Amino acid sequence: MSRRVSLLALQRDFRGHLTDASSNGSGWTDACMAPGLAVYHNAYRVQLSDCLAETFARTNAWLGGEAFVAAARTHIEAWPPTGWTLGDYGARFADTLAELYPDDPEVAELARLEWLLSRAFEGADASALSVEAMAEVDWDNALVAFVSSLRTVMVRTNAAAICSALAQDVLPPAAALLPEPGTLLIWRQDFTPCFRTVEKIQHDAIALLSAGASFAALCEMLVAARGESDGIALAGAMLGQWFQDGLISAIGAS
Amino acid sequence: MTSFHGFGLGLRTVHYPDFLERQVPVDFVEVISENFMIDGGRPLDILDRIRQRYPVALHGVSMSIGSADGLDLEHLGRLKRLVDRIDPLFVSDHLCWTRIEGFNSHDLLPLPYTAEALDVVCANVAQAQDALGRTMLIENPSSYLAFADADMTEWEFLAELCGRTGCELLLDVNNIFVSATNHGFDALEYLGGIPADRVRQIHLAGHSQGKALLIDTHDTPVPTSVWSLYAAALARIGPVATMIERDDAIPPPADLLAELDMARAIDAARECLAA
Repeated sequence: MSRRVSLLALQRDFRGHLTDASSNGSGWTDACMAPGLAVYHNAYRVQLSDCLAETFARTNAWLGGEAFVAAARTHIEAWPPTGWTLGDYGARFADTLAELYPDDPEVAELARLEWLLSRAFEGADASALSVEAMAEVDWDNALVAFVSSLRTVMVRTNAAAICSALAQDVLPPAAALLPEPGTLLIWRQDFTPCFRTVEKIQHDAIALLSAGASFAALCEMLVAARGESDGIALAGAMLGQWFQDGLISAIGAS
Repeated sequence: MTSFHGFGLGLRTVHYPDFLERQVPVDFVEVISENFMIDGGRPLDILDRIRQRYPVALHGVSMSIGSADGLDLEHLGRLKRLVDRIDPLFVSDHLCWTRIEGFNSHDLLPLPYTAEALDVVCANVAQAQDALGRTMLIENPSSYLAFADADMTEWEFLAELCGRTGCELLLDVNNIFVSATNHGFDALEYLGGIPADRVRQIHLAGHSQGKALLIDTHDTPVPTSVWSLYAAALARIGPVATMIERDDAIPPPADLLAELDMARAIDAARECLAA
């Protein structure tokens, strides 16, 4: 025999039935409700599992279906969804994979890369400056702003190469540690999410400019690191690459 | 309220090329609001281009008008921005709850049709309509359990909701059939109990037989049982915007347009009978 409870109490208990089928609740259910509760309990898991499989298609391909489903199940048990959009649900999946696969760091790094690509896909629009805009800039006082979709992430493995191969449907390389940890840049060029591996010094350069330093300050940093001639040449090369990649949204004056 | 009497399809990503490269013979399309409540990128660009060619209805799945702890204001704000951007034909969501105290199930969960729940839903719908500056359409859900201690039927609940908030209805005929079968009520009594003058849109879809219950899967053509109920609904409601909703095992647009022609034919028959 069911009994009436407040709507808030019912919804709290219903949450318990979704996340834990053995939850007893506070008595508003009866035997007639069991088949229906089972439908909702199952649909909750299927929805979240499908969401992870869609967001992390390359990680799914790398791990293999059964291992991915098991990892998704672990994640769903550990992290009930909180956001209004299913699009946010994968935010912590790379952390779950890092715990499940401590000896295979490329798994979590691949998932983290896929997650950031998915965020870039629907990130805010920002027009990139054309190369022609370089000619009008007073570089002694220039402040460089990057497109808002730009994210950086440190990597220890060849997850980027694995990701590229899986995207092109070719045989991915074996997992391997990089000779030196590197940085991945992830951003959106027009409507297409992109990524590129860069050296640590380029990561430091982007961090410096993003923190509000001028281009002149960047040149000073590079000259200190590489010497006068190579430092200035490197600043020019990075700048040219950033324009070419559509990474720069504005150049202001300090 | 302008009465819109047209026939449309639920727009899904696999259909984008067809709808963008040629004029598909529909009077409107419907999209899932939350898929476009994002900051930018290709999806919004596509929606803008679709909007240039077709009237667009926004259909939500996450407002959670049945939440005892109120609406999610970030969701509401993003929906408002999308409404302002698209100027939609309709803005709809479901009579259900999806979220409580920071937990979001992402499923359309059933409400007990009690006086307390009615107060909660009315307050949430009123808040949403105030924020959006327009009337919302509320859709009847499919459900897989019923609460024995309900104070009223679903149709009585919807009628009260319309009366107290001024909201209107998106009547999902398949959902009526599924819930009627699962809970043993009379679908025709349901149709007789809803405020017919408040129905602005109809959804048609298919369902599947689960282990013990009918499941609202949206992965099959509209079955004969739902077409029959649609004819009965039109006889009661009169001309109303109608849409085919397909979310899985999505066929080419031609197959869905053939189903839409069936809806047009049933509507034409209604007009003949009414004349």
